Amino acid sequence: MLDGEAGPGAALAMRLVLLAADVLQADRLIPITRAHVDSCLYHGQATLDFAQRLIDGGAQVTVPTTLNVGTLDLLHPELWRGSPEVAERGRRLMDAYRLLGCRPTFTCAPYQLPDARPVLGEQVAWAESNAIVFCNSVLGARTERYGDFTDIACAITGRVPDAGLHTTDARRAVLVMRPAADVPPDLLESEVLYPVLGIVLGRRAGSRVAALDGFPRLTEDQLKAIGAAAASSGAVAMFHVVGSTPEAASLEVALGGGEPNAIVQVGLDELREARDGLTSARGMRPGDPIGAVSLGTPHASLAELSAIADELGGERVAAGVELLVSTARETQDLAERQGILTRLRDAGVEILVDTCSYLGPILHPSALPVMTDSAKWAYYAPGNIGATVVFGSRTECLRTAVSGRLWRDPTLWGAA
Amino acid sequence: MKGRVLSDGVAEGDAVVLSEPLSLWGGLDPQTGELIDAHHPQRGAQLAGRVVVMPSSRGSSSSSSVLAEAVRSGSAPAAVMLGEPDLILGVGAAVAAELYDKQVPVLVLRPEDRGAIHDGMPVRIAAGGQITLG
Repeated sequence: MLDGEAGPGAALAMRLVLLAADVLQADRLIPITRAHVDSCLYHGQATLDFAQRLIDGGAQVTVPTTLNVGTLDLLHPELWRGSPEVAERGRRLMDAYRLLGCRPTFTCAPYQLPDARPVLGEQVAWAESNAIVFCNSVLGARTERYGDFTDIACAITGRVPDAGLHTTDARRAVLVMRPAADVPPDLLESEVLYPVLGIVLGRRAGSRVAALDGFPRLTEDQLKAIGAAAASSGAVAMFHVVGSTPEAASLEVALGGGEPNAIVQVGLDELREARDGLTSARGMRPGDPIGAVSLGTPHASLAELSAIADELGGERVAAGVELLVSTARETQDLAERQGILTRLRDAGVEILVDTCSYLGPILHPSALPVMTDSAKWAYYAPGNIGATVVFGSRTECLRTAVSGRLWRDPTLWGAA
Repeated sequence: MKGRVLSDGVAEGDAVVLSEPLSLWGGLDPQTGELIDAHHPQRGAQLAGRVVVMPSSRGSSSSSSVLAEAVRSGSAPAAVMLGEPDLILGVGAAVAAELYDKQVPVLVLRPEDRGAIHDGMPVRIAAGGQITLG
């Protein structure tokens, strides 16, 4: 492949995979069965030039490859409020990756597409930090932290360096995190704890693999929220939850028979501090006006879309307030078939696919804060789109959207 | 001194020593070369044409694209010197070299070597990671 027998595009891809092997100090390459590519998000002319070089060089992916979000919602392009030139370049890049043979999924949660989920032990090359951490932690499939250019190079060559989280040794936990005695049992069963816990995990673990012990059995959506947050506040690419994730049937298994370097207790004060850090809007009190609510970061699952429709229960979003839910186009289709989409639309919910509302100018311009249940959205939106953010549970977000005024559940976080 | 080569090349420029890790995505304006991360203590520093020395890269995998775009626009650092290996920046520099035939060496330095480089010091890098100060 390197000598150009498979074309100059494949040779370029192989040069990049060999560079990755050199950086990661791997002595061989191993085959992969799937890839998930993030390079389809426009970051300037260089991203288009690279894709065009691969296309001109006759490159094609050799394993089933899903695509991450792009700049634009191709199914609802009218939602874009930015420059038409950037939209056009974003669209061209998304098309270019289709031409390279990738499946136009345009989702940051490929693990929610039934036929794109790798299984326990499968070797893959995934990009996008939340997808990487979900793949390793929740599916037990194996990927290193791949990023722009490397992801598509692995998809074209069908090879990755035999290093890092592809190897069993790197997957064992070296840190144990437990809830302290003052964390109320109700909070452990809630949805809202888990993005906040993820923020704490990212700060505590950095790039290390941690085992969370002493938590109830968690749903996929709770695990998704932990991972997306931990990959935002830290460089977490894998974690275990004893009793919930596939490589952690017990704490001993998660530790791979070794001893942890540290055991940390996470108390209510640390969690509340992490929760408050996700709200950049200062001095907000219940009853204050909110401009918009953004849910679905990472992209909402079918179960989450259904829960949003159920919780709204026929109530409508307040006039002048925008309630936007991001999801995958394929999940939108499933929701359509099950009648969920109609219920959401009737309630005044706006659905965004193929992209995310923190990546570009999509929300209505407003001086009022935006509320979200996503730690990742809260983490990146202020820098990316200049939003001031209020973080809350999904129920708090939905009741706020319906009334247009901030609503807080006083029972959620113990006394404060 | 000699660095471990992640992406090879020849370069020279004055050092800018960053006290904290920087994610180029959200941290470098690839059209102007300015450090734009609002949370970074050296916000506003000019990185174009400088030899950027930092403990590590940080955060987003999109930093490969941002480095390549900065090389294309002529606003990239002359070289990047890190305290630990980083695949994202190594690949960004390699892709820029492939597309635009411009080299931005990315090297890993030993802590004592990194400590010997001070802000504003002229730095020359030869192929293979050989570094000359002054």
